[in-house]
Amino acid sequence: MTIGRRVAVIVFPGSNCERDVAYAMQLLGADPELVWHRETDLSEFDGVILPGGFAHGDYLRTGAIARFSPVMTEVERLADAGTPVLGICNGFQILCEAGLLPGALVANRDLKFICRPVHLRVESTDSVLTRAATVGDVLRIPLNSFEGNYVAPAPVLDDLENGGVVLRYSDADGSVSDAANPNGSLNNIAGIANGGGNVAGLMPHPERAIETVLGSTDGRILLESFVASLDRVTA
Amino acid sequence: MTTEAPAHIQLGMTDAEYDAVVDILGREPRPAELAMYSVMWSEHCSYKSSRAWLGRFPTEAPWVVVGPGENAGVVDLGDGWLAALRIESHNHPSFVEPFQGAATGVGGILRDIFTMGARPIAVWDPIRFGPLDDAHNRYLLDGVVSGIAHYGNAVGVPTLGGEIEFSERYSANPLVNVMALGILKQEQLVLSAASGEGNVAILLGASTGRDGIGGASILASASFDESSGAKRPSVQIGDPFEEKKLIEACLELYERGLVVGIQDLGAAGISCATSECAANGGVGMVVDLDDVPLREDDMNAGEILMSESQERMLAIVEPDDVDEVLELAEKWEINGAVIGTVTAGGTLEVRQHGEVVAEVPAASLSEDAPLYRRPAERPEALDRLWADPVDLPAGLDVGETLLRMLDDPAVGDRSWIYQQYDHQLFLNTVIEPGHDGSLLRIKGTTKGLAVSTDGNGRLCFMDPRRGGARIVYESALNVAVTGARPFAVVDNLNFGNPEKPEIMWQFIETIEGMSAACEALGVPVIGGNVSFYNETDGVDIFPTPVVGMLGFADPMPGHVPRLDQAEPGMEVWLIGPEDPTDFAGTTYSRVVLDHVGGRPSDVDHTIGPKVVDEAVRLAHAGVPVLHDISVGGAAVAVAEICFRSGCGARVDSDDWRTLLSAGPHRFLAVVPPGFDLEVTDVPARRIGTMGGNHIDFGRHGRVPLSLAADVWRNAIPRRMG
Amino acid sequence: MTQVRVSITRKDGLSDPEGVATRRALLDLGYDVGEVHFGRIINLEVDDTDEASVRAAVTAMCERLLANPVIEDYSIEVLS
Repeated sequence: MTIGRRVAVIVFPGSNCERDVAYAMQLLGADPELVWHRETDLSEFDGVILPGGFAHGDYLRTGAIARFSPVMTEVERLADAGTPVLGICNGFQILCEAGLLPGALVANRDLKFICRPVHLRVESTDSVLTRAATVGDVLRIPLNSFEGNYVAPAPVLDDLENGGVVLRYSDADGSVSDAANPNGSLNNIAGIANGGGNVAGLMPHPERAIETVLGSTDGRILLESFVASLDRVTA
Repeated sequence: MTTEAPAHIQLGMTDAEYDAVVDILGREPRPAELAMYSVMWSEHCSYKSSRAWLGRFPTEAPWVVVGPGENAGVVDLGDGWLAALRIESHNHPSFVEPFQGAATGVGGILRDIFTMGARPIAVWDPIRFGPLDDAHNRYLLDGVVSGIAHYGNAVGVPTLGGEIEFSERYSANPLVNVMALGILKQEQLVLSAASGEGNVAILLGASTGRDGIGGASILASASFDESSGAKRPSVQIGDPFEEKKLIEACLELYERGLVVGIQDLGAAGISCATSECAANGGVGMVVDLDDVPLREDDMNAGEILMSESQERMLAIVEPDDVDEVLELAEKWEINGAVIGTVTAGGTLEVRQHGEVVAEVPAASLSEDAPLYRRPAERPEALDRLWADPVDLPAGLDVGETLLRMLDDPAVGDRSWIYQQYDHQLFLNTVIEPGHDGSLLRIKGTTKGLAVSTDGNGRLCFMDPRRGGARIVYESALNVAVTGARPFAVVDNLNFGNPEKPEIMWQFIETIEGMSAACEALGVPVIGGNVSFYNETDGVDIFPTPVVGMLGFADPMPGHVPRLDQAEPGMEVWLIGPEDPTDFAGTTYSRVVLDHVGGRPSDVDHTIGPKVVDEAVRLAHAGVPVLHDISVGGAAVAVAEICFRSGCGARVDSDDWRTLLSAGPHRFLAVVPPGFDLEVTDVPARRIGTMGGNHIDFGRHGRVPLSLAADVWRNAIPRRMG
Repeated sequence: MTQVRVSITRKDGLSDPEGVATRRALLDLGYDVGEVHFGRIINLEVDDTDEASVRAAVTAMCERLLANPVIEDYSIEVLS
């Protein structure tokens, strides 16, 4: 068990999923704290989550301004030291902007905001997001974004395909096809991790699928992976 | 408009209204004063044509904490929990600029909710447009939906759908209504009264610019004509990011107990907020416009007072708390500026550049507003309409007819709309859009809040009194099928030009019908909004009252009914009275026969509430599927269950008409074989069985499930491209 | 003060949904167009009159904040 492991949930001006993420962390036995983006010391925390929302209004470019929030220097330090860092939706976009994860997220193929459950196939368990899952598992988790379309230059993508892709959009049977791709992401990429596996990001919202009353519990395995990772490393 | 017209005429005031201002002041008004009276006495702000009739609504119940008149109605949910509910229209701004008009509508309604101390937890958007075969109507729908999504998703409040209707009558005057729900603990309730001489008025949020000057009064209080494009500068631009910061800052202010009173700045901006705060508290206020943060330096007093720049709040705080409030504003990266002081007496004094630019009795701006009892007269055309009932064939292929109805965008799947809205944020959404009513849980409690928005302009046009009553019952049933008991109503009354006697008659009749239904159901009306002058080039919209029904369940059902829980072999039951001749205002007569005629059937105040009670009881008894039957009739209701559950059905009926007729007080229940419904008080009969690959009406025809589902799913997307 | 215009465009070959949708609409209207790409224009005032140092400063701004070098190209135009 990892009861009491402290998770910093970073709040940028314009974040909006911070309370949901904190609720989920609590439900899964971790000890979350909302941390304002001007904080510069996260050494008391065992892990960091960048939640969804529209940090700094997503002005200029999604994640572009948040990436320079004071807290991000500390997030980068922890990421380098091997601390689990997870970006969900807007948090994923910020991690990409900050260069902690490769690639970028651009507008959905159909130029419409998408809020609906999608199926995800687990591609790798070498990450803080997927370590408790099994490769080939298919999870049903809500997607909720306008800029969820993953892009990366060819060499970056080739490199990433060496185990860095942890989740792909699939159909209910786990087959990955263009029809199962909701937003045009390259290679149906929904979630990725860095080489060390301690920094991960995904567009769908696992915290929205943790209780039967909300329609799915498939997000638990991902967040449980994260919680279970909290005591594996020290910063 | 000629330049020779006197200033008050240019500002939309009548000579008599101007004279009344002179009487109040005992002198000619200064320019800034005239600007304030013109906006505050506009139809939009003063309800001068409707106020006399709104008293008919029943507004009392033991659980009502705040009734009509405040920023939002508030009800008691027990255990210290309160819910705040409010509905508004943004019709004219959305026609002029659909994206920004709809977006700022969301922003405004949220401010009404958090002004009360509540955290906004959900938004609904009932919207109405002209037919989608017209490119401009498609542009409007696309813009409005994108605007709602843009603002709501970014500000971080889920949008749980709403409803949609199409008619030629809305082509030149679309309706964009918006409703918001908030929850709060009892001790957080804040009212908009300034009290305490020496207290300080602090303006929080965005800077004040020239956007939307006189927008609410100009756009919402006058009919449209060809020159409407020129009104574009009155539309405000919304900034959801600023609003999000403002919400969090205000909620923290309340948490720390730092405000005495607070008011949002909507229509008429600073004029309205300062005068209402002062009037509600029975005090006066001195306001210095030099302290208002401006976007453009050269704004005159009238412009600053009337500006409708979005994302602003006026907080009244004690002098000792000013520093803490300003620090909190700085933390949340919003402006905070001391602009005034509460004074004894009732005078609102406004200064600029060291001079008094306005000095008026604060209460006179609201309380002394004109009150009109405009003439009302029943339109004669109604007799001809009632004498022209639907001409029904002896037999009909219901399968084929169903396909035509499912292809109608008002019947077809609305996921094209609601999938653009974040409808899950806050982890409260138990029943998501696409069902009869939404259901939200309150985390950490056993309580659930169900919400439905309902309107039917065509039905209300055909008989405003009956139509008004029917939408209340429909809304009640929509929340009841989630297991929630109807608890409170807000209404948005969208009507044409009140200076026409037949429009005034529609208005009064509608209120009568709605009130009678609310009384029979024991549901109080806790707030509302009136939108008149929905006419363009002399054509009025259908009279379109929209009901926002709040249902309450404690506890929520252990297993909440959903449309996607039917399984092959389950029995389909129809509960409630049936009238096979009831075709006035049905989807069948509109879509298939293109006919508007006959008289809609009346509600039954004896059986109606009983049917609602049965639905609530069955929801708690573990029935897997409950579904309201609306104007599409039983055929469409069965089909919707089939699509959501991925399972066909066989429905038998001696008379095809019972499959397509409409009538109030009916719903479907789908139950496992042998399940005892125990319905005794109202009619109930088994009409069919789930299963197979068809929606099968026996000798009245059938249609393959996959084909029907395809048509239904594509009704909106195929038109929107 | 020097007026500077920065133009930012998506790198060639990367997904540009706005561009694709707009191209499709233009083709529908009968315009024979090839690729269509969207971008952003940012007008800046820089408190410096030496063109070389202005360019250097704005280049740094682009690299750090205004553009995302992973997916975007930028060009700098010194207007006055």
